[in-house]
Amino acid sequence: MADPDLPAALATETRRGIGVSPGTASGPVVQVAPPVRAPADEPPTTDADAALTEVKAAFEATALDLEERAARADDTAQQILRAAVLIARDRSLLKAVGKHLAKGVGKAGAVHAGIEEFATQFLALGGYFAERVTDLRDVGSRALAHVLGVPVPGVPELTTPSVVVAHDLAPSETATLDRAMVLAIVTEAGGRTSHTAILAAQMGIPAVVQVPGATTLAAGTVVAVDGDAGEVVVAPSEELLATLGVRRERLAAALAGSGGPGTTRDGHAVALLANIGGVEDAVDAGAQDLEGVGLFRTEFVFLSADRAPTLEEQVEIYRQVFEPFGARRVVVRTLDAGADKPLAFADLGPEENPALGRRGLRLSAERPDLLDTQLEALAVAARETGADVRVMAPMVATAEEADWFSRRVRENGLAKAGVMIEVPAAALRAEHVLRDCDFGSLGTNDLAQYTMAADRMQGELSDLLDPWQPAVLDVIAAACEGAGRAGRPMGVCGEAGGDPLLALVLVGLGASSLSMAPGKVPLVRLALARHTLPQCRQLAQLARTARTAGEAHDAVRAAASAELTALL
Amino acid sequence: MAQRTVTIASSVGLHARPAALFVEKASSSGLDVEIARPGEDPVDATSILGVMALGAKHGEEVVLTAEGDGADAALDELVALLATDLDAE
Repeated sequence: MADPDLPAALATETRRGIGVSPGTASGPVVQVAPPVRAPADEPPTTDADAALTEVKAAFEATALDLEERAARADDTAQQILRAAVLIARDRSLLKAVGKHLAKGVGKAGAVHAGIEEFATQFLALGGYFAERVTDLRDVGSRALAHVLGVPVPGVPELTTPSVVVAHDLAPSETATLDRAMVLAIVTEAGGRTSHTAILAAQMGIPAVVQVPGATTLAAGTVVAVDGDAGEVVVAPSEELLATLGVRRERLAAALAGSGGPGTTRDGHAVALLANIGGVEDAVDAGAQDLEGVGLFRTEFVFLSADRAPTLEEQVEIYRQVFEPFGARRVVVRTLDAGADKPLAFADLGPEENPALGRRGLRLSAERPDLLDTQLEALAVAARETGADVRVMAPMVATAEEADWFSRRVRENGLAKAGVMIEVPAAALRAEHVLRDCDFGSLGTNDLAQYTMAADRMQGELSDLLDPWQPAVLDVIAAACEGAGRAGRPMGVCGEAGGDPLLALVLVGLGASSLSMAPGKVPLVRLALARHTLPQCRQLAQLARTARTAGEAHDAVRAAASAELTALL
Repeated sequence: MAQRTVTIASSVGLHARPAALFVEKASSSGLDVEIARPGEDPVDATSILGVMALGAKHGEEVVLTAEGDGADAALDELVALLATDLDAE
């Protein structure tokens, strides 16, 4: 979807990827250095004492780096960083490295061997200890970089606003990025619904993934990033930067007039809601002009904990999340963990196919105690804050599962129970699945994954995971029709709802609410306000009669209001 | 040589945050402090990796030893630390 206004000939070099978080930005490149390995051809150590002094200095430099970071980090990150500082200064570790140096192993090889000695020990202990191996190896990798005199791996400290470029970003790296310093994110790997993509959209940072050769861009090179078109322009001309600036201003001017509840031009209400993943998100989103939360992911409450969080701890967190929304609705998704997002205290062991395994509600069925505590905590927090709390279960496939869940929700004193529609089976049988529930909510990311049989985390399969795939739209249509027959509302809480064109299609298919990264709400509101419900239905029909995802998108774009498409 | 026996009060045992706090305190004493299960080989109490690998759980007894000036005072502080449920704070 190239912008005809962009003078392509002026661009020095354009690299195409997949835009996963909208907006444009330009600035200097900062490369996230890859993990460091000990070189295979390292010369052996001849003077063990001198080598040990150097290695000790490398670990001390690492400790100082980490200490400096800890001083600026928030509470959770600080705890992790302080433990890492202790590892870097650990005498047993240094002793182990010294042993290898004495045997004549090169400095980098000895650091690696010393770290791995402890890593093996911790892996053997399993559980909590096995998880700490990541921290241990991170310290080792940093010390190795100091020994070898190469850049320290990970996101460097940003001193000026920059475009962060990486092969791929770990969720932890994306989460700790300084929002004020990151203009845009560009990765060589990653996919449409990877964690990088979701977090970038959540933070309102333009992002493009699957950009060929991204990691070869020299640090400091100025690039222009177009998160809508999925383009990265290297060394953009003044003219291009000006054009992008004009586009940003035009968009800002159009959005300045947009506000209030979501509604089509003919007055059909479509609630515009936020997707949030924690207290910080809740405070941000609560301050914005939107109608509540359509998806509160509760994993963060559990994932970093060593033991099941207590009722009191959960009540406190939920209260902090609900408070910013006053009497607005907050739709809570219960714990969505499993083999791919293992819990230290409820590990069911590795599985061949985590995406098809005991995750979501299936984990809750094995550990109903976890679900009951969570539901009770949600009920207490809802009563205390007066928030309109509605609870839904992830990974529901059958009517029995939906019934089991809604019964538990009501037994715990919560008024409204719903289910996520992300398994095609539940979508096709929505009328029956929703009988004892109050609402359904389409999780389009997983629904696309399961409809197209394409792993969400497999960046190369992004085309199959395109939510414009007509088959995915057919499944969504079936779910909306089933919900209609059952007399239940069906919302959308996947990334698809935040795409202004796709949002029109979803409303045309029958979606009653759209939940998205809060930064996407204004443009979606504007898109709805320019179209009537019959027009949305027509657009949906156009998309479903297309043969391919590309044709579906193009047909809808061509038929949508020019007032909207001029801004895209 | 000063010696103390204490029961681990932290509900998660002696790892994670409690282990880090313990190691930080032991290091700041500037003494050679060791920690062991009764009757087993001691590990360096200033080594986070050693202390974590010890894997002392909630309710287990551990023996602390230290040498040098101020060893008694240093051990008293460490005992107080281990006898508190650090994770509850």
